[in-house]
Amino acid sequence: MPQVLLLSVLVFLMAQMMPGDALSGQIDPNIDPAAIEAQREKLGLNNPWYVQYVDWVGSALHGDLGQSFRHKMPVTDLIGQRLANTFWLAVATLILTYLIAIPLGITSGRYNDTLRDQLITGYTYIGFATPLFIFALVSLWVFGFKLEWFPTGGSVAPGLEPGTFPYIVSKLQHLLLPALSMALITTVNTVQYLRSEIIDTKQKDFIITARAKGAPESRVYNRHILRNSLLPLAAFLGFEITGLIGGTIFVETIYSYPGMGLLFMDSIALRDYSVVTSVVLLLGVVSILGVLLSDIILSIVDPRIRIK
Amino acid sequence: MAELQAGTPGKQEKSPSGVMILWRELARDRIALISFIFLLLVTIFVYGISLFLDQDEIVSVDLFEIHQPPSEEFWLGTDYGGRDVFGQLIIGTRNSLSIGILVTLMTGIIGVLYGLISGYFGGTVDNIMMRVVDFFLILPFLMIVIVFVAIVPKYDIFSFSLIMTSFLWMGIARLVRSKALQERELDYAQASKSLGTPERKIMFSQVLPNLSSLIIVTMTLNLAANIGLESGLSFLGFGFPESTPSLGTLLGYARNPQTLEYRWWIWVPAAVLIFVLMLSVRNVGEALKRASDSRQRRG
Repeated sequence: MPQVLLLSVLVFLMAQMMPGDALSGQIDPNIDPAAIEAQREKLGLNNPWYVQYVDWVGSALHGDLGQSFRHKMPVTDLIGQRLANTFWLAVATLILTYLIAIPLGITSGRYNDTLRDQLITGYTYIGFATPLFIFALVSLWVFGFKLEWFPTGGSVAPGLEPGTFPYIVSKLQHLLLPALSMALITTVNTVQYLRSEIIDTKQKDFIITARAKGAPESRVYNRHILRNSLLPLAAFLGFEITGLIGGTIFVETIYSYPGMGLLFMDSIALRDYSVVTSVVLLLGVVSILGVLLSDIILSIVDPRIRIK
Repeated sequence: MAELQAGTPGKQEKSPSGVMILWRELARDRIALISFIFLLLVTIFVYGISLFLDQDEIVSVDLFEIHQPPSEEFWLGTDYGGRDVFGQLIIGTRNSLSIGILVTLMTGIIGVLYGLISGYFGGTVDNIMMRVVDFFLILPFLMIVIVFVAIVPKYDIFSFSLIMTSFLWMGIARLVRSKALQERELDYAQASKSLGTPERKIMFSQVLPNLSSLIIVTMTLNLAANIGLESGLSFLGFGFPESTPSLGTLLGYARNPQTLEYRWWIWVPAAVLIFVLMLSVRNVGEALKRASDSRQRRG
């Protein structure tokens, strides 16, 4: 994958541009500079950049992303906890996105230019113009602070035993508002796509044929139109993942939900650069995988496109 | 054939130019027209007023006036530094608009040039140039920009727009490329080529004008997106510094739960303003988009 390679070079260059190195923050000012220099030599920090790059990629492939000098623990351990939280947030958002998009898109496409359709189109129109972070902020204000329906931060209430039922309920409670506010904004793309797809398909010859054969309306929609219009949605799944990564930064910051996005923002603020580069690298790879996933699904559902 | 006739010196009846059609459609769509006038007024207002406002005075900290609710002296209260929110709102709108326009223009110029060259020449050139675009497209935009903002040594408005531009030019480049790829196969371009017109001239004075309405539409829609992105970045604290507030900076104060919950006057006006601005720009953009597609035109 040349793209992963390019990404790693870019991230490596960013890491090089950042002030400080693996020894920053670990040096006792009383140590003899010659000893520090020897340590730098031993760690390979004086090697030419391409040697350092190869070393860095090599250790990253072995799961060693360096040491977080703020948290005094390996970056891999630090990321591990957060990754799970972000993963659940992403899953919840995706599920909600499709739960909203599919019924709305179908209604809007099937009854196009009726009042129902105009309401839904109005929603997508406004959704397109609303930046995610403003919407998330307003929902936190309204549902978190004013109405107090939802907790306003964290990923779980403190003092609960992991694995117990209240623990899971509390997790879900903390997840719902961030995921919902992200889903309500990101879903408008899918709604609009589904709508125009259904309107397009409605006029195709095979639908006219199905109608001419006397197929009932529900069968025309459920069997003939939906099957054709929903498939491309599956292919967008991978792109959705890529889009979610940007969204999580905003949503996690606003809801102080301890995931990758918040870790990233905190580490930038703390100048904990080994964590920053690792997060960028990891999420960069995830978005490349997302695009790849889309290509694969697309080639499965659409026989006209085949990866050679 | 209109293209050929328009070029001949003996002025025949011209079909209306692309820009004229765009304008006509805009004038017919009432919502878009209102949005356009609104934008125009807001622009004149904020740029006009800010001539009389002293930015340094507004952003200077006044410890005796911290977190004042709206009053006669401070129409929208003050923030945690005792700074007048209303003044920041005006200056913020101006800064957000300026950076939005600047980034849109820069991405537009780079994207159009890149796409035009890639699409016009096609073949291997196109292949290589598009791989570069593909790579930029999959980068996690927000994170990379934040990292660059954090590590750039001399950080000011210009370097900020440069960073944003370097990761935002691909969309328009791809669009222009795919259109240029179609245009170059059309008769007028081929005819011009066989007459021996230099490639540069075909690209810029023949193909480019035919893409103009597409470019205008895309850039208008990009403007809305860029205003949103900039305020998002400023919201996170990685856009404008607090000494040059943008609309996002005001919203950023709401990251403090106290401000979010009890001091709505700091962030709600900015949130509403961003929303209305983006909606208006999009309204104009959507009207222009309809105009550029003859099947969807209303008039």
